[in-house]
Amino acid sequence: MNKYKKITLDGLIYQNPTFMLVLGTCPTLGLISSAFSSLGMGLTVLVILTLSNILISLLRKIIPNEVRIPCYIVIIATLVTFARMFLEKFVPDLYESLGGFLALIVVNCIILGRAEAFANKHTVLESTVDGLANGLGFTAAITVMGIICEFFGNGSLFGFKIMEFKMSMLATPAGAFLVYGICIAVFVYIIDAIERARRVKVNKLSRENLLKEAA
Amino acid sequence: MATFIAIVLAAVLTNNFITVKTYGICPFLGVSKKSSSALGMGVAVTVVMVLATLVTYPIYTYVMVPLGIDFLEIIFFIFIIASLVQMLEVVIRKISPSLYNAMGVYLPLITTNCAVLGVAELVIGDMTSILGEGVAMNIGWAALYSLFAGLGFTLVMLIMSGMREKLNYYKTPKAITGFPIAMVTACFICMAFTVFSYI
Repeated sequence: MNKYKKITLDGLIYQNPTFMLVLGTCPTLGLISSAFSSLGMGLTVLVILTLSNILISLLRKIIPNEVRIPCYIVIIATLVTFARMFLEKFVPDLYESLGGFLALIVVNCIILGRAEAFANKHTVLESTVDGLANGLGFTAAITVMGIICEFFGNGSLFGFKIMEFKMSMLATPAGAFLVYGICIAVFVYIIDAIERARRVKVNKLSRENLLKEAA
Repeated sequence: MATFIAIVLAAVLTNNFITVKTYGICPFLGVSKKSSSALGMGVAVTVVMVLATLVTYPIYTYVMVPLGIDFLEIIFFIFIIASLVQMLEVVIRKISPSLYNAMGVYLPLITTNCAVLGVAELVIGDMTSILGEGVAMNIGWAALYSLFAGLGFTLVMLIMSGMREKLNYYKTPKAITGFPIAMVTACFICMAFTVFSYI
């Protein structure tokens, strides 16, 4: 159980694909001007990432090592083609707002990166958990930034008007870069602070133990 | 002539791949620490973009659409780009080892670059806003658009690498060192490029 907890925490926080590894930046920067499209992008990537992790870890003993990257790309491209048809038919709003970035999920580094770094070495169950955790980490990060950008840049949330005040610069790519940069800095700062606090606590505990032993 | 100027202005300034479309951000942030590597990456991306458009556009228009298999475009395009990059690597290594030393390390990274697949997808889509009314898309315009989009990419890469080289002289707090400060730098470049959208 401990193993799965570690995979989940790594995907969500310590190895968060968006904030810690800074992967899959193109769709993030392109779509966070609207909370709806960033949530949609996150969920699409979550589904494709989980499915590709499952398929690749099922096939990991069959795929020859020399041609593994082309094989992964074909698997991912097939999944993306399915996702595109599905969205075009059932969620046309989202299909419109994602635009070109839907096809570009094929070259999203998160999916290929997890296939290469995790799914081809681990069992199906572990890969599924890893895909879900990383996908959720990406979805959470991109949605939080989407909400910030849309709220301050457009005065609305998921398309509903909330206030008149707006800084339209935050709804442009320039604002996306700014918000993304600040979010990474805040995230790294918080993680560092937590780690430091934990280290101090551990040091204090071990010093007390030593003192007790000495007494 | 008017179409030519419209394509050049749109590809390099008003619809720049990095600052407006946000395609190809991974190399933009990853390989922009030194001017020389930024230039190498930019040139390599430009070459691959032009070649990819020259191959994918005719295949899409003259093979896939008549056969009715245009829904397979993503799989076809990514495969064509991957094999193209691989072939280019072999050819360059054979013809000019010095060029291979300068450009070779960037080539494998280009397969997973959004800019290449992005331009291949863009030129088969609706381009009337750039070409103007009544001008039909053909392979010449497609190649021209991808050439200048690549040059625009190189231009922004060079500006960014110049700014990051200067940034090395300043001490920044630990939390914003690395990606955050690069993102804020990129934000200023984007703001400068926003002005061009009023042309």
